Amino acid sequence: MSKLHVTTTVNGDEVDFLCDPRETLLDCLRDKLNLTGAKEGCGTGDCGACSVTVDGRLVCSCLMLGAEAEGKTIETVEGIADGDVLHPLQQKFIEHAALQCGICTPGILVAAKSLLEKNPNPTEEETRYWLAGNLCRCTGYDKIIRAVMETAEELREAS
Amino acid sequence: MDYHSPASFAEASALAANATGVTRFLAGGTDVLVQLRSELVTPDTLIDIKKIDGVSDITRNADGSWTLGVAATGAEMSEHAELSRDWPGVVEAMDLIGSTQVQGRATLTGNLCNGSPAADSVPAMVAAGVTVSVTGPDGTREVAVEDIPTGPGKTSLSKGEVISAVNIPARGNNAGDAYLRFIPRTEMDIAVVGVGVSLRLDGDTVTEARVSLGAVAPTVLLVEDCAKAIIGSTLDDAALDALAAAASAACNPIDDKRGTIEFRTEVAGVLAKRAAKIAYARAKGEKA
Repeated sequence: MSKLHVTTTVNGDEVDFLCDPRETLLDCLRDKLNLTGAKEGCGTGDCGACSVTVDGRLVCSCLMLGAEAEGKTIETVEGIADGDVLHPLQQKFIEHAALQCGICTPGILVAAKSLLEKNPNPTEEETRYWLAGNLCRCTGYDKIIRAVMETAEELREAS
Repeated sequence: MDYHSPASFAEASALAANATGVTRFLAGGTDVLVQLRSELVTPDTLIDIKKIDGVSDITRNADGSWTLGVAATGAEMSEHAELSRDWPGVVEAMDLIGSTQVQGRATLTGNLCNGSPAADSVPAMVAAGVTVSVTGPDGTREVAVEDIPTGPGKTSLSKGEVISAVNIPARGNNAGDAYLRFIPRTEMDIAVVGVGVSLRLDGDTVTEARVSLGAVAPTVLLVEDCAKAIIGSTLDDAALDALAAAASAACNPIDDKRGTIEFRTEVAGVLAKRAAKIAYARAKGEKA
């Protein structure tokens, strides 16, 4: 069977790849484009480790086919930092030690960034609900929530 | 597996009608991709309907009714203030499904066609009197949502038929809807029992009602005895008790790890009362 040719924009760059129709966007990001930030945890949309945004909307890249990315605008964790300068969220995650093994971290950063773009002043409850689809088995979540809340506060003060 | 992204529903229907083997339509993909990965369903033909014009639109028609494209997501519905004002029960039911990430993709039509008796949006749609447009080889017909599921994972759609729009009636005055479900935790779980209620008032008296139950039978149920129990009443305690009894009587649930037959039967009555009270308050214009 012939492969599908897909042209899409990832972190601001136009890219193209050939994929099998069964390959997910996550497979394509990792194996065709060498963007291994998004992780495969469950592969069934439960854990959020593969979170990316597609046309500004937070999704699990394991629940989308590579073929569906045609013409879309995709943002992954690799696009969050500005060169060597970390995004405030990334900086706060380090300060709060909001990660241990790190597998969930790329997905949580993408999800948290998406929250703050939509709602710069979320309550703790809103933040916890927003991130309910991102599982972390190390931190117990408190440090993650504190890092996100503090980043939100600093970004509000800076703007 | 062949992947197609047709430009019209007629083309989608023709592709499905002429396909051999297993065919699946792809909207949000939050069920189809899970089934694909777990090798429960491996389609030979996958038809992505998201390239069809207008499939993500949420439109309020001149008569106050709504037409939703089949790829409009839960997130897009929740963000739509006017739709949320008209049909809070339908919007809340859809919003209960999955995480933020799943909401970014999941659709009413996918939830319906997946055929789960525990689908959250389906009882809310049934209570609201929602219909779907079904496009097939012989043209397009309109079908009530309650006539689509025929059993777990099964629908009444025949080969070559595809849902092409979701039609929500005009809300009209003095009316409200609500959906409640029971799950063992607060977020991201599958309904053990779900109840949708939509009603209309004349003064304090219920004049129209539709009550629907999820996860207590092989398909979502529209329960006429529940509606009869509250029509003509002011939703007083006697009417609420009659409603609960009718809801429990309609249950034909399974026993499983998430809930026993006795538990589901009891909870269906309790949730029917609570959902009816919320719908009633909304019909009165109170915040609920």
